[in-house]
Amino acid sequence: MLWNAILLALREIRRNVLRSSLTILGIVIGVAAVITMVTIGEGATAKVQADIQKLGTNLLQVFRGQGFGGGGARVAAPPFTLEDVEAIETEITGVKAVAPASNTSAQAVYGNNNWSTQVTGTNDRFLEVRDWTLASGRNFSESELRAGAAVCLLGDTVKQELFGNQDPVGSNIRLQKVSCQVIGVLSPKGQSGFGQNQDDLVVVPLRMLQRRLAGHSDVNNIMVSAREGFSTEKVQADIERLLRERRRIRPGEENDFVVRDLKEITNAFTSSTRVLTALLGAVAAVSLVVGGVGIMNIMLVSVTERTREIGTRLAVGAMARDVLLQFLVEAVTLAMFGGLIGILLGLGAGALATGAFGVPFVLNPGIVLLSFVFSAAVGIVFGYFPARRAARLDPIEALRHE
Amino acid sequence: MTVAPARGTPVIELTGVSKIYGEGEAQVQALRGIDLRIEAGEFVAVMGPSGSGKSTCMNILGCLDTPTSGTYRFFGVPVGELDADQRALLRRNYLGFVFQGFNLLSRTTALENVELPLIYRRVPAAERHARARRALAEVGLSGRESHVPSQLSGGQQQRVAIARAIVTNPHVLFADEPTGNLDTATSNEIMKLLTTLNEQRGITIAMVTHEPDIAAWTRRIVRFRDGLIESDEANVPVRGAH
Repeated sequence: MLWNAILLALREIRRNVLRSSLTILGIVIGVAAVITMVTIGEGATAKVQADIQKLGTNLLQVFRGQGFGGGGARVAAPPFTLEDVEAIETEITGVKAVAPASNTSAQAVYGNNNWSTQVTGTNDRFLEVRDWTLASGRNFSESELRAGAAVCLLGDTVKQELFGNQDPVGSNIRLQKVSCQVIGVLSPKGQSGFGQNQDDLVVVPLRMLQRRLAGHSDVNNIMVSAREGFSTEKVQADIERLLRERRRIRPGEENDFVVRDLKEITNAFTSSTRVLTALLGAVAAVSLVVGGVGIMNIMLVSVTERTREIGTRLAVGAMARDVLLQFLVEAVTLAMFGGLIGILLGLGAGALATGAFGVPFVLNPGIVLLSFVFSAAVGIVFGYFPARRAARLDPIEALRHE
Repeated sequence: MTVAPARGTPVIELTGVSKIYGEGEAQVQALRGIDLRIEAGEFVAVMGPSGSGKSTCMNILGCLDTPTSGTYRFFGVPVGELDADQRALLRRNYLGFVFQGFNLLSRTTALENVELPLIYRRVPAAERHARARRALAEVGLSGRESHVPSQLSGGQQQRVAIARAIVTNPHVLFADEPTGNLDTATSNEIMKLLTTLNEQRGITIAMVTHEPDIAAWTRRIVRFRDGLIESDEANVPVRGAH
């Protein structure tokens, strides 16, 4: 019975290619819109995740916050010390590496080239914490760190600006007035999830920055990477407890520092892009429903137009339910065709758009399946009314219809 | 549902059949209690002016409509007691229809048009094609299987319609003004075909017409007037006179 209905429906669709194409146009556009939107959204989510991943895995960052001075006025909280860094490294379990950091901006000069950049003073764990590798050269040595030697690692952008394609390792550059030997070049990382160019920096030993560039002995922030398998939440709580103790913050007082878990930021970004994706998808789904109304519209017209044909079918022995099934199957088949074409178009448009926006193309089989099932459902829902109307025709009236 | 064509049972037996359309003031009595028997193998012409009730009678005979009162027995089965689906089955299994306007599906090949009743009978594809080809050959349309109606002349279209009606081997063929849209020469060809089907295959044929020339081909002529049967007489077929 069903097979017969499918056979009749396919014949009918083939018999009327133009009308069939127009009928499914709405569904095609609806499904294509949903697939395109979701593909772009998923691509953006993947891109944000990958970008944040670039900052380093399991990274916790400790920043100075604001403390309370006399009279309740907010003042900058005191900086961290190297002892804090050491305490975190030795007293907290689950910590893989800790790197202090202080930043200043400086003019880097080599020959006739100069470039204004960010200088970060840190230690030899910086690369590990930030999940960064060297393109050439070597990391800081123990004695260089202790002595605050005038050596530096160049970010890819700085290297390009000062040296072009030359290998800078072994050359000396000037940072403000300090001559500084290049011992290594960082591999390029690209933009961060927040749109900063991460490669525009020079890394020097912390002590060198403190003494010769900044003229203070502050540690502005601390970067901590947690060991695989340890919960960053636990490490975060432990760091907070330790630092409250070391900074003599009384119970009940607010922290004058913050420990930020990069994963939290990742999650916040991911969930906001997800919401955006869902929103875009929902807007597109509305056009799918409009497509369903289009199917109903044309099917109703088609029932009127084919009244005599329905009469003929009833006369040669079709039962009401044969006619109902035929029209219903016709609507569902059309809707599924529309769904398929829409999926192909949507994936194509999604691939083009993600390419144009520079985000990865992520195929979501769930949404493909969902839009296919949804378009079939649209066919059933909006095809039922015209089909019932066709099935209820009186054969005599239908045969007489001109 | 089974209908056993018992010997001696008339194919069609109307007893006191009335049909009333509409309600109250607008009520129209299309049939006013008619009796009619048609035996197996007959070739009957039903004549009468418009509004005489002949079309209503044919709709009832074709199981497309049911009488308001009186009984219609098809091979002894009271059709008035069947529901729409059972009447559809009756049409599917025992009846064939030929219409004035041919009623072929447009943009559909002759073969597919002829196959249509077989699809509703759930005949497998291979057998369906073979039977449809045979039926087309029987009406003289071999080689036109893949033509669509717009590529066929009126006479050819009516032949396709006749092939569609006989492909199921019906017991009774109902023809409603089958030559109404055709010229004389073509009309005669169609009548020749119907006569052959009646005589060689023994198909009972009831045909509505208002042309005496066409009615003359049959062996019995029933005339309607004002919802009653005015006359019912045997006829000696006049065939060579055209």
